[in-house]
Amino acid sequence: MLVEIGHFAMILALALSATQAFFGLTGAALKRERWMSVATSAVTGQFLFLALGTATLVHAFVVNDFSVKYVANHSNSALPLFYRVAALWGAHEGSLLLWICVLGVWSIAVAWRGAKLPADYLARVLGVLGVVSFGFLLFLLTTSNPFERLLPAAIDGADLNPQLQDFAMAIHPPILYAGYVGMSVSFAFACAAMLEGRRDHLWARWQRPWTVMAWAFLSCGIALGSWWAYYVLGWGGWWAWDPVENASFMPWLAGTALIHSLIVTDKRGLFKSWTLLLSVAVFSLSLLGTFLVRSGVLNSVHSFAADPARGIFILSFLVLMIGGALALYAWRAPSLGSDVGFEMVSRESFILFNNILLAVATAVVFGGTLAPMIADTLGLGTLSVGPPYFNPSFLIPTIPLVALLSVGIHARWRRGQLSLSKQRILGTLAVAVVVALGVVYGIYGSTRLMTPIGAVLGIWIILSSLVDPLLQLRRRIALPVGVIGMTVAHIGVGIFVLGITFVESSTIERDIALARGQSHTIGGYEFRFLGVENMEGPNFDGVRGHVIVTQGNKVVADLFPDKRRYFVQGTVTTKAAIGAQWNRDLLAALGEDLGSNSWSLRLQYRPMIRFVWLGAAIMALGGVLTLFDRRYRTAPVAATASVQTTGEPVQASS
Amino acid sequence: MKRFLLPLGAFALLVVVLLVGLRHAPEREAKFVKSPLIGKPAPQFTLPQLVDPAQTFDSGSLRGGWHLVNIWATWCVTCREEHEVLLQIKQEGRVPIVGLDWKDEDAAAISWLSQLGNPYQVVLADRKGEVAIDFGVYLAPESFLIDPQGVVVEKQYGAMTVEDWRSKFLPHLTAPAKAGA
Amino acid sequence: MNAARLRARLLAAAFALATLGAVELAFAVDNTPQFSDPVLQARYYGLTHELRCMQCQSEALADSNVGLAADLRMEVHKLIESGKSDAEIRDYMVARYSEFILLRPRMSLRNLWLWAAPGLLLIAGIVVALRVLRRRARLPIGEEPVGDDPVS
Repeated sequence: MLVEIGHFAMILALALSATQAFFGLTGAALKRERWMSVATSAVTGQFLFLALGTATLVHAFVVNDFSVKYVANHSNSALPLFYRVAALWGAHEGSLLLWICVLGVWSIAVAWRGAKLPADYLARVLGVLGVVSFGFLLFLLTTSNPFERLLPAAIDGADLNPQLQDFAMAIHPPILYAGYVGMSVSFAFACAAMLEGRRDHLWARWQRPWTVMAWAFLSCGIALGSWWAYYVLGWGGWWAWDPVENASFMPWLAGTALIHSLIVTDKRGLFKSWTLLLSVAVFSLSLLGTFLVRSGVLNSVHSFAADPARGIFILSFLVLMIGGALALYAWRAPSLGSDVGFEMVSRESFILFNNILLAVATAVVFGGTLAPMIADTLGLGTLSVGPPYFNPSFLIPTIPLVALLSVGIHARWRRGQLSLSKQRILGTLAVAVVVALGVVYGIYGSTRLMTPIGAVLGIWIILSSLVDPLLQLRRRIALPVGVIGMTVAHIGVGIFVLGITFVESSTIERDIALARGQSHTIGGYEFRFLGVENMEGPNFDGVRGHVIVTQGNKVVADLFPDKRRYFVQGTVTTKAAIGAQWNRDLLAALGEDLGSNSWSLRLQYRPMIRFVWLGAAIMALGGVLTLFDRRYRTAPVAATASVQTTGEPVQASS
Repeated sequence: MKRFLLPLGAFALLVVVLLVGLRHAPEREAKFVKSPLIGKPAPQFTLPQLVDPAQTFDSGSLRGGWHLVNIWATWCVTCREEHEVLLQIKQEGRVPIVGLDWKDEDAAAISWLSQLGNPYQVVLADRKGEVAIDFGVYLAPESFLIDPQGVVVEKQYGAMTVEDWRSKFLPHLTAPAKAGA
Repeated sequence: MNAARLRARLLAAAFALATLGAVELAFAVDNTPQFSDPVLQARYYGLTHELRCMQCQSEALADSNVGLAADLRMEVHKLIESGKSDAEIRDYMVARYSEFILLRPRMSLRNLWLWAAPGLLLIAGIVVALRVLRRRARLPIGEEPVGDDPVS
């Protein structure tokens, strides 16, 4: 009964989203205040019904109501409570519901914070968000209904996939979706500007914080997914260029370009059409990702029951939203050119290169992901694309990208004036080279070409990001929060580059059979196998091994890798044990029981792997810090009266 | 100013590609790649028989008539699903089925066949999985239709179904013999 | 996308389950004997990382925990021992499993567009950037953005 109420609540939410869309967009077009305020109320109403609907489903999971098909398929009475709730988004229907809920939360936030925006602009933003919500709700209710009943009810459920019964995996979807969905807010802002036909660039300042927030969530979400893959799958890999991973990475790459483009548009009113195009592109990539993983189009992706009917729906939605937005772009963009310029070498030009290189990187990932499908469609035979393609290809645009960062960071607006920074640029480079070579050859002894290059670039970025702010602090000039955030974010990039460089070049892996008491040494660490013992958990049993790691005479890690058999599905999962330290990880995973107390084990030494996720987290942190900058706390310049046709805003407040 | 239409144009192109890809999606179910063995001679092998390991079976015996080679195992749940269909094919009597027991335990296999019925003319034990590799097997069960010249003409991924047998396999048997495949 | 990822993993597991019907997904950490010759071992490492585990989701033979992957690793081992070259081993696998087993698309005329794409895109991007820059450099510089740190 409760679930039926939830279902009905969703239908009401659908109606409200249509209301929101209609009144928001037409209210703004006709300049009717009453209509526009209906849109704002609709947002709240929609959110309430979404919450109600979701709550009924969560309740069904919590009380183990197996008469609900979705619960029966993905939960079990022995499943711990936390995972029963997390199972809500463990499969297609529920994850769609999560998407819609997150959109509801963002929409409420926009309605609330956006009260300071011009009424018609806000109404259009909410209107566009209403259209998106409508589309997803319609999709949910017509093709992917999680509220369906299973009659007769199952006695017990089929259990959540054991690999998903993990904390990181449980929180990874909400955080990742916060990022994806946040990008639709960015999209809505851009569309509102285009619909209105604004010739100024104020909207960029309004759009910036929402975009950065979404981007920060996306960074964390992707990093979480990578971290999960690393410690659950047990073979130390953290990125496989799998189509599903790529589907989340592409919006991030384009999103990074968007953030930087917004900076230029906000600051100088330039790149307006680039920014608008990027806003559409980022959202398109999120929708495209949804399409790719749920429609069965990609050969190697069999995730979410591949259903061409669903594929058609999403594709149609894609066509309408993106086609519409691009048509809008084609209509409005020609009149957005501005008459100011900048020197060949200037902050603007560096950001331009930054965005072009990020766009190339996105295209490389895009091409590699779709290539098998395209080749198949065009009859060019079977094409298979994996890490051996992506790894080198991705470096082609990204090496220049990270190199330019360290130079461009010093460039000033309009005139660059890099000659003033020559000493700093060369100085930081020199220090970076010395330190990098010292670490690479002194500590790690690597012989690959990419290692010193990566190390130099990583350290150079960190030094370059720090040098200007530190010099300013020395002269007792206060740093705006925005500058601090930018510095932190770029340092995050440097750390990330260092992590990738060392983990890819100096990792040592060994598969070895060890009897109890035997040991094996890799990278100076001795792994001694102390045997296994049986163990039990709430919905699984298995064996736990004990491996003790010493370096010289000191014990550095006590590892307990396990193999679990989950009762309901009967699957066996292997959990690697990790001895983590800031500069290296030691992994041990159980292989097979070879009899007579002997097991095959996979042992790994992974230097600097933590830097990969730490770098991503610091990037996100830097982004969030910029949101606290003074300029966002002042009220936006009101309506059109103060905006002149040259596009230069009256500098009222920040 | 036409360059502002470029994104829309590129998007339209993408949609067309995706649409075509979508239409082919059902054929592309679950990584079903087109088998490179179709049109080529079946792999040569010699394997012991399941029931009497002293007796061997040589792939040369596949010539001279049509054969359906079916790779299966007792640990394979889907194989149980297709078992009925295989028994029906045996009933029809047009094509003898040669069973290849893939990386299985002999005792379990023998008991499975005695319990569920034996659709096979002869059952071979591929204990190490080497012959299965030569056939490019990665999904159990898989079935290969081999013509009298020993050439593979059709392959089935996953369970054999009545519709597939009628629509994909039978036509080869009833069509006039073609030179090469 | 991430829930897609979970589902991807779920499906890899469920898929292996359905087709292998196995109750156990034995985590077959590589049991093939190591080569005493480091050159051969390096070739083995390279090949097992370049060949796909056909039953898995984007995993290489070296990293997969299913039985077929273990069998194929053993096969690669035997082929290296029998003196076959890397190219011959790849051909051997492709003849049986189609090009899908390769994680690195072959360098062929047909695949040229794939391998050349990143470089070409980069060049195209630079050309576009330079054109924009040249145009902008000719326009009046405009006013300094007011009230902001010059570098922020």
